[in-house]
Amino acid sequence: MYQLLHKEKLGPDIYLYRFRAPDIARYRKPGQFVIVRINENGERIPITIADVDTEEGSITLIIQAVGKTTLQMAQMRKGDSIPTLTGPLGEPTEIEKVGRVLCVGGGIGIAPLYPVARAMKDIGNHVTSILGARSANLIILTDLMREASDELIITTDDGSEGQKGLVTDAIRNLVDDGEKFEQCITMGPPIMMKFVCILTEKLGIPTIVSLNPIMVDGTGMCGCCRVTVGGSIKFACIDGPEFDGHKVDFDELMARLDTYRSEEKNALERYSSHAGCRLDSMSEGGSR
Amino acid sequence: MNAKERMKIPPVDMPEQDPKERVNNLEEVPLGYTPEMAMLEARRCIQCKTPFCIEGCPVGIDIPGFIKLIEEGDFKGAARKMKERNLLPAVCGRVCPQEEQCQLFCTIGKVRKDPCKSVMIGKLERFIADWDREQGEFEQPPSMKPSGKRVAIIGAGPAGLTVAGDLIKFGHEVIVFEALHRAGGVLVYGIPEFRLPKKIVQYEVDYLEKIGVEFRYDYVIGKTIPVRQIVDDFDAVFVGTGAGLPRFMRVDGENLLGVLSANEYLTRANLMKAYDFPAADTPIVKGKKVITVGGGNVAMDCARTALRMGAERSLIVYRRAEEQMPARLEEIHHAKEEGVEFHLLQNPVRLVGDDKGWIRGAEVIKMELGEPDSSGRRRPVPIEGSEFIENTDALIVAIGNSPNPLVPSCFPDLEVTRWGGIVVNEITGQTSVPGVFAGGDIVLGAATVILAMGHGRRAARAMNLYLSSGRWVDLDSALDLCRAEVH
Ligand SMILES: Cc1cc2nc3c(=O)[nH]c(=O)nc-3n(C[C@H](O)[C@H](O)[C@H](O)COP(=O)(O)OP(=O)(O)OC[C@H]3O[C@@H](n4cnc5c(N)ncnc54)[C@H](O)[C@@H]3O)c2cc1C
Ligand code: FES
Repeated sequence: MYQLLHKEKLGPDIYLYRFRAPDIARYRKPGQFVIVRINENGERIPITIADVDTEEGSITLIIQAVGKTTLQMAQMRKGDSIPTLTGPLGEPTEIEKVGRVLCVGGGIGIAPLYPVARAMKDIGNHVTSILGARSANLIILTDLMREASDELIITTDDGSEGQKGLVTDAIRNLVDDGEKFEQCITMGPPIMMKFVCILTEKLGIPTIVSLNPIMVDGTGMCGCCRVTVGGSIKFACIDGPEFDGHKVDFDELMARLDTYRSEEKNALERYSSHAGCRLDSMSEGGSR
Repeated sequence: MNAKERMKIPPVDMPEQDPKERVNNLEEVPLGYTPEMAMLEARRCIQCKTPFCIEGCPVGIDIPGFIKLIEEGDFKGAARKMKERNLLPAVCGRVCPQEEQCQLFCTIGKVRKDPCKSVMIGKLERFIADWDREQGEFEQPPSMKPSGKRVAIIGAGPAGLTVAGDLIKFGHEVIVFEALHRAGGVLVYGIPEFRLPKKIVQYEVDYLEKIGVEFRYDYVIGKTIPVRQIVDDFDAVFVGTGAGLPRFMRVDGENLLGVLSANEYLTRANLMKAYDFPAADTPIVKGKKVITVGGGNVAMDCARTALRMGAERSLIVYRRAEEQMPARLEEIHHAKEEGVEFHLLQNPVRLVGDDKGWIRGAEVIKMELGEPDSSGRRRPVPIEGSEFIENTDALIVAIGNSPNPLVPSCFPDLEVTRWGGIVVNEITGQTSVPGVFAGGDIVLGAATVILAMGHGRRAARAMNLYLSSGRWVDLDSALDLCRAEVH
């Protein structure tokens, strides 16, 4: 069993969890993820590790409540335990000194981006980060990201914080101002990563993306997580989760993420009416 | 009773759930023998002077011995005799391909010219194992002086469990690392409940725990802990990570929604209990019509699971003929009884989807049998121009699994074959790395439970000798010497 040592709300439906998992903490590198299962009848879901504390023997996960499992997690209290935390899984990010690096994070994708940005900076790169979300209260880890970056830009769709607009607008502005980047890393909703990749391909900036397909085992056994990269099948859990963004078939990824959409919706509705708890976004009348 | 009279007794059928009934539940299909049935079936064994059946058994169970005890009504004795050689008789009695092993060599079957009319060795094995379990008596094996040696077992499938059970009895400390949250390997994530109830596997795992084996779940060796670290920290290591890499057909449309590997489909249905959705959280693709591609046990399991998940039509599409299907005869028989449709000599060449990316059909080409290939089976050849579209709501790819590449890929010293199997000494299970042994599907590719257990048994004996003597070179001949001394 893996004990919850600390939990904190970072924004609407966004929570930070610190679990005791010394073995995972010891060997984990930036870019890797864990599989979480919260009770005996629980599903196995992949979550990227946002941080580790080897002294405490803990790992930090930042999770947005969007479905039954993540909403149930949001009800957990310090001291509670979950039966499964498996990892660290996936290949770590290649952290190399390349010069000027652009880190683009969207919404909850800022969580897995943070350790990568920090490692990129620690090794001596100049890091420019762009964080984007619909609205100011959905931007997370601003302070940590500021520390991990030489320059930080925030964009919101509604202009409630930073520049009004999309992350791609911010990238274009930087490049128009004469900035040059050797490498871009982007993590966030697939639709955002897709448009970042379309842009960076035009701009000739090599781009790494971290993919988040549905998974079951997370060890390469089921092929549920398969994605098409450069025309061939890859298993995101073993070959990824990071890939050359210019080669990824995002439309297929997005379609496959919808495989169980109606089942997930039913499960969430049943659970929230039964347990009497709701997503913040439900009360706000938002879709997700 | 003389041999002639014995030979006259017809095989005792095992009662089964009615096919129409059972497709609506997950309960086991064959219901088991009563003691009377078992004793009658046992009477069919003529106790051959040279029991060829034993030669057909990969772990060498004293078959006539335990059958004689059943006939005499000494079920406890029969159980003991069986357990001398087989750690998981309740499992093997249900899933071994007996018609290719013990029952193929049975004299009765030869006389009747049909291995399915041999003495029902598998069914008797199951009876005794179930009887023994139901007594609920726990027999602590004679305790051994602790050897002070520590053994790591990677993978809790039948191979790993067998090694664990053997080595703990020799007095070693045994820790099993398992990637998933439950032990049993394919027995818990792959083979469905209606064929192998999970409580049977759990009972065996509980037994191993009771006699001192330690299980660490959620440990993906090579990820959670580097393989090198395990090799350094333990006195010996057994790699039993199985053949968990699903093969795909490599045709267009294979990533459409509603196309799944057999491993994914069965893992969702079994390990993750998708049959119980939404009470259990894991969903599964359902369809009115489901195609399963393949002809082995795995394919039969998928096609029969689909029926239980509510499919109105469940089709097997297989590129060869029925006689060439690698599945156990009983599985084919049960699938047919339940209404699974067999579309033989057909092969999907392309999958077609709708505008949302969901599969809607498979373009299938008809095949005919040509010249024999290297496996001796007549090779299926496509009939040009015979393509047609078979509509479907879901398609399960059950065309085989390859050795799990994870451990070898993060441990380059470990020699593997071209197709990814770990290279071992056949007698001892030794790999190219001193102190590291391997067996089961990671060596053989997708094979069988009993072969995995046979590998485990051989490796355990060699590991014990290695641990006590420290000898690695020529371990196989040392093992032969030991055996000669015992006899
Ligand atoms: C659906 C299906 C039906 C089958 N039906 C039959 C049948 O009727 N009769 C029969 O005889 N055989 C059958 N088989 C084959 C049989 O199940 C296998 O041959 C047998 O289970 C192999 O045993 P094993 O111990 O080598 O590996 P497995 O049973 O595959 O176990 C390997 C274990 O290792 C774990 N593992 C893998 N990598 C790691 C790692 N890096 N760290 C830690 N753990 C790891 C896996 O999670 C798994 O639990 C079937 C197989 C399938 C898939
Ligand atoms: S999640 Fe099963 S193979 Fe990747």
